[in-house]
Amino acid sequence: MTHYLDFEKPLAEIEGKAEELRAMARGTSEMDVSAEAAALDQKAAQLLKDLYAKLTPWRKCQVARHPERPHCKDYIEALFTEYMPLAGDRNFAEDEAVMGGLARFEDQPVVVIGHEKGHDTGSRLKRNFGMARPEGYRKAVRLMDMADRFGLPVVTLVDTPGAYPGKGAEERGQSEAIARATEKCLQIGVPLVSVVIGEGGSGGAVAFATANRVAMLEHSVYSVISPEGCASILWKDAEKMREAAEALRLTAQDLLKLGVCDRVIPEPLGGAHRAPADTVAAVGAAIGQMLSEMSGTSRAELVAARRSKFLAIGSKGLAA
Amino acid sequence: MNWITNYVRPRINSIFSRRELPENLWSKCDDCGTMLFHREISDNLSVCTNCGHHMNITPRDRFLSLFDGGVFSEVAVPDPVADPLHFRDQKRYPDRMRAAQKSSGEKEAMLVATGEIGRTPIVAAAQDFSFMGGSMGMYVGNAIIAAAEEAVRLGRPLVLFSAAGGARMQEGILSLMQMPRSTVAIQMLKEKGLPYIVVLTHPTTGGVTASYAMLGDVQIAEPGALICFAGPRVIEQTIREKLPEGFQRAEYLLEHGMLDRVTDRRKLREELIVMTRMLMQMPPATWGDLPPPGPEEGAQDSANGQDAAKPE
Repeated sequence: MTHYLDFEKPLAEIEGKAEELRAMARGTSEMDVSAEAAALDQKAAQLLKDLYAKLTPWRKCQVARHPERPHCKDYIEALFTEYMPLAGDRNFAEDEAVMGGLARFEDQPVVVIGHEKGHDTGSRLKRNFGMARPEGYRKAVRLMDMADRFGLPVVTLVDTPGAYPGKGAEERGQSEAIARATEKCLQIGVPLVSVVIGEGGSGGAVAFATANRVAMLEHSVYSVISPEGCASILWKDAEKMREAAEALRLTAQDLLKLGVCDRVIPEPLGGAHRAPADTVAAVGAAIGQMLSEMSGTSRAELVAARRSKFLAIGSKGLAA
Repeated sequence: MNWITNYVRPRINSIFSRRELPENLWSKCDDCGTMLFHREISDNLSVCTNCGHHMNITPRDRFLSLFDGGVFSEVAVPDPVADPLHFRDQKRYPDRMRAAQKSSGEKEAMLVATGEIGRTPIVAAAQDFSFMGGSMGMYVGNAIIAAAEEAVRLGRPLVLFSAAGGARMQEGILSLMQMPRSTVAIQMLKEKGLPYIVVLTHPTTGGVTASYAMLGDVQIAEPGALICFAGPRVIEQTIREKLPEGFQRAEYLLEHGMLDRVTDRRKLREELIVMTRMLMQMPPATWGDLPPPGPEEGAQDSANGQDAAKPE
């Protein structure tokens, strides 16, 4: 059963009717509904195209958070071979909101790290909805160190509402853990590529996405604060999230203009969840290209390029 | 402390405070409510003389009492693109900026200066909570980079006083990008073997805590300062329980191993002198013959005056 977003309601009705017609026809052989169903399908396809041709920033946030959107685990399973998960921060715990380990990407050994949100109630709870605790970031630091030592490129997949705002997380130094992960991203002498596959939530995303190359899926978002959070602070009303999403410029398209992301990976019509396999393949192709752009670059050059890239961000604003 | 100081005195003060008084002469302690005369406050570095509560202090006031004779020279910070996102909430961002500039008399939320403390040359940067909550936008990022570059150029330690509600939402993703940008600045310092000392003041939260404010060689906090990633209100909403007294305060972080020291503002200058001199392999400070710190001494911004001292 497809999960429809609120703005997809009209689409849900049409697709539902087409489905009903076909179900009725299956019962009896006398009725030929194929023409009518095809008409409905066509109408639905047109509507889908119209809806997704001009998604507002808030709708993009909704698509980016779609429960059926492919998640980190799906990408790792499809794009990497010999994935060897490595666990724990060697300090306190294993944080399952962050997946990570050794794997091969097109036969090249790499370290892959990403936020995993989970796909049903059980796995969402286990993964804490992709909200990492300090241990998640410390595990990532450990894995990046390992990659650095053995000369393995690092691929990060970003999909988090933000770092977990919990009591224990604060006690164990959430801010310090994020700061160290960002610092580590800037230090390693191996290629670091990052793809925002869903939500890039604030500091929790920066900790993984301070990379040589940052790609974003067409309907993914990356922001300093969630539109709801921004609305409740600046508008004093969390219901103003549409306005806030607009003002924050959090879409992949705006971030490309601002130089925060380097490329936008197109999604299938209707969003990544309508054709997950195609989306995953497109992301794989982008990762391959980004890694090959950096092959043969020396350690010092990789570090220097990463630093100057971030120092230069913001120098031109949106003036385009 | 007894009930006279805790109860009667604030009550008496509160009766008097209702009278019409010229503005700025008296202000009330945020914590105990005692009315304090402005000179009493500035002589005591904006620490309440009654309860020891550390009130906010502007970067300029802090530098006047920090540097020898109150003498320092400002480091120029490159101007970023103004209002890069054309941000508008209930007000336009440029209007909010102008209002903040008018009320604080400062250009932005961070001040960078060079000078000497106890004859120890340093670069200092301080964040201004009174300027849009000290929020970290592109200017603050540029200020930290300028401070680090100046410290590297002069071979001096950097002392940074943090105070911020977090990233400046009106600059959207570009404010978030100050996390990696400021981290690059700190790395430049560390690679040159120069000390980076962070003094966390009330409040230091959000993306600021999760970047340059937690990367110090030494982490000091002022008493009672709120220091966190997620604020207490957000956490209470998430976990749906009341947080314990003192949660995320400086003393709590010290207990949990997140800080080296919690130091009273009135002792901070001395500690910074002792510490930076050791880290810079300098001989112990000679305390006797120093010009007394304070705004009365010397002129501000005396170009090349105190500043001509060579690093060791």
